Amino acid sequence: MRRTFLALAAAVSAVFAGLSTPAHAEGERFVLVSHAPDSDSWWNTIKNAITLAGKQMDVTVEYRNPPTGDLADMGRIIEQAAASNPNGIISTIADYDVLSGPLSNAVAKGIPVITINSGTEEQSKQIGALLHVGQPEKAAGHGAGEKAKAAGVTKFVCVNHYITNPASVERCQGYAEALGVELGSQMIDSGLDPAEVKSKVLAYLQSNPDTNGILTLGPNSAHPTIAALQESGKAGTIHFATFDLSSEISAAIKDGTINFAIDQQPFLQGYLPVVILTNLARYGVVPGNSINSGPGFITKDNIELVEKLAGEYR
Amino acid sequence: MTEQAPRNKPSATGGTGIVADERVRPISPLRRALIRPELGAICGTILVFVFFFAIARNSGMFAPEGVMNWGVVAAQFAVIAVGACLLMIAGEFDLSVGSMIGFSGIIIALLSVTWQYPVWFAILVAFAIALAIGALNGYLVIRTGLPSFIVTLAFLYILRGLTIFISISTTRQTIIGGVREVAAGDPLAWLFGGKVLGWLFVWLADIGLIGKFVAGPRAGQPVVDGIPILIVWALVLVAFGHILLTRTRFGNWIFASGGDAQAARYVGVPVDRVKILMFMFSAFCATVFATCQVMEFGSAAADRGLLKEFEAIISVVIGGALLTGGYGSVIGAALGALIFGVVQQGLFFAGVESSLFRVFLGAILLMAVILNTYIRRMITGER
Repeated sequence: MRRTFLALAAAVSAVFAGLSTPAHAEGERFVLVSHAPDSDSWWNTIKNAITLAGKQMDVTVEYRNPPTGDLADMGRIIEQAAASNPNGIISTIADYDVLSGPLSNAVAKGIPVITINSGTEEQSKQIGALLHVGQPEKAAGHGAGEKAKAAGVTKFVCVNHYITNPASVERCQGYAEALGVELGSQMIDSGLDPAEVKSKVLAYLQSNPDTNGILTLGPNSAHPTIAALQESGKAGTIHFATFDLSSEISAAIKDGTINFAIDQQPFLQGYLPVVILTNLARYGVVPGNSINSGPGFITKDNIELVEKLAGEYR
Repeated sequence: MTEQAPRNKPSATGGTGIVADERVRPISPLRRALIRPELGAICGTILVFVFFFAIARNSGMFAPEGVMNWGVVAAQFAVIAVGACLLMIAGEFDLSVGSMIGFSGIIIALLSVTWQYPVWFAILVAFAIALAIGALNGYLVIRTGLPSFIVTLAFLYILRGLTIFISISTTRQTIIGGVREVAAGDPLAWLFGGKVLGWLFVWLADIGLIGKFVAGPRAGQPVVDGIPILIVWALVLVAFGHILLTRTRFGNWIFASGGDAQAARYVGVPVDRVKILMFMFSAFCATVFATCQVMEFGSAAADRGLLKEFEAIISVVIGGALLTGGYGSVIGAALGALIFGVVQQGLFFAGVESSLFRVFLGAILLMAVILNTYIRRMITGER
């Protein structure tokens, strides 16, 4: 028993020693704090982008997230990041009430802050951040809704895999407003488990056979929905729009299951802040306005260009 | 009762063992120190601090802000760990703690912001509902004889689902903000959201021991402007739990109910009442956690508290309590919470890839349980 314990202790400390990279490398150090739970694969693109930017600019960029997606935990992580005195903090504003305090404290400490992804330009300004790099959520949903309306969609289902994030609900609402219908029960709380999402979509389509539009909010809800449509033989018969990209989504765009994907170009949300903060630290220059990283629409026409890099940098 | 005491409650024999008693087998002081349930947690705490002091000394982790950062996280764990600890010693689990945190938070925000009731009323209602649900949990466990694991697992889902349903159906959102504004000047809200000893930190900043904000509307104020009331709650709850457990008759009842419920009933311990009260206490602790969180961050969200039930149980287990009940210590659970908080935030300070956090958590849990099993075998002599 004692030997097992000692062996385990030795193993753990070995892993620790190997992985605890030096917190302070040669260049500047930045921390990116996201709101995404560990299971959200979409953020991989941003992780790759900050790694690339970090290499190109010769700086260290650390990625932090609350493992379960609990935003109160995210507030603590931002406080922690500020306490470690980095050269800059990049953060989402998933919930203004929770994060405005920790973020504006970081600004008050003299740490430059850039907000990305969730949140609005106004919130970013109130926090005192330099600028915001993102895609206005409701407008993006609205844009998708307009295209869907032109294609003749009247009744839709919005597959929401992250119902506790207000931005997700706004996307569905924007889509519904563009169609000119009430959101009501057309938004379903699908959960994150792929099998569960798939069966919920199948059940919804069975009980609402007149549904002619689908909106999914990211790979987590899009992949199971693609599978559900292909399994029930409805692929290509229902207008299908999705947020964000992945290799499966681009394959589905090519075969006609998905009509278009709304791309907020996450690469830019990771890459640009690192470049901007580095230039601020080195030369004191910073852009004067917030940057819209999206929306861009990806259809059959421009998919070739995107496909090669899907899931990695796109 | 007295026959059980040496096995169930080593600390009590520690206090009275000075007078030689022919009925008690003599135990060497070293062995007595070793068989305390807190031992593993004490060693762990020292190890963890030495470790992080060695690798993250220059990262700001031990600066006032850094200390406050992991201090608050540890206090959060401690608040729910005290409830979980007493309940576990009484022989039961509560897996609904995390859902209860989300539920209570939404109740407070809904009543105070959406329906415009005074904040003190919202807080009292949330506590009343939470205690009622805790009592229901306990009652169901006692009446059905089902494992508390199953009953509270059901409530994990019921409460989480209700929370999302209530918030979506009333506000069409899962986050209800604006609590900070309505809570300003409320007679009860400061008890959960305030900070104490603010003047001390202003003074410390003036003599240059801690830094000041340099920009924005808060320029000139100290970067740490007080001890969050959550830490005070944690200390009070730990002290309360420890005294209750080791210095009162009710504490003996808790040990007895968890050690062997039937034997306890034979000697007249009201086992049902003890267990139901402990379920209520666990719900109370979860609501303290939720209220502090809502008051501090100014909003409640339906996904708050995910997996917190396991974090509470992990703290308790690291602290030396046995999953089977009848053995454990509140001080140990508090140290377990401290270890948990320091490791969680410390890994960030040390610059370790954050996805590995759970790997370390699992490893630490495993080590703690192995150590505890070893200690228990030493005590009971079983093989």
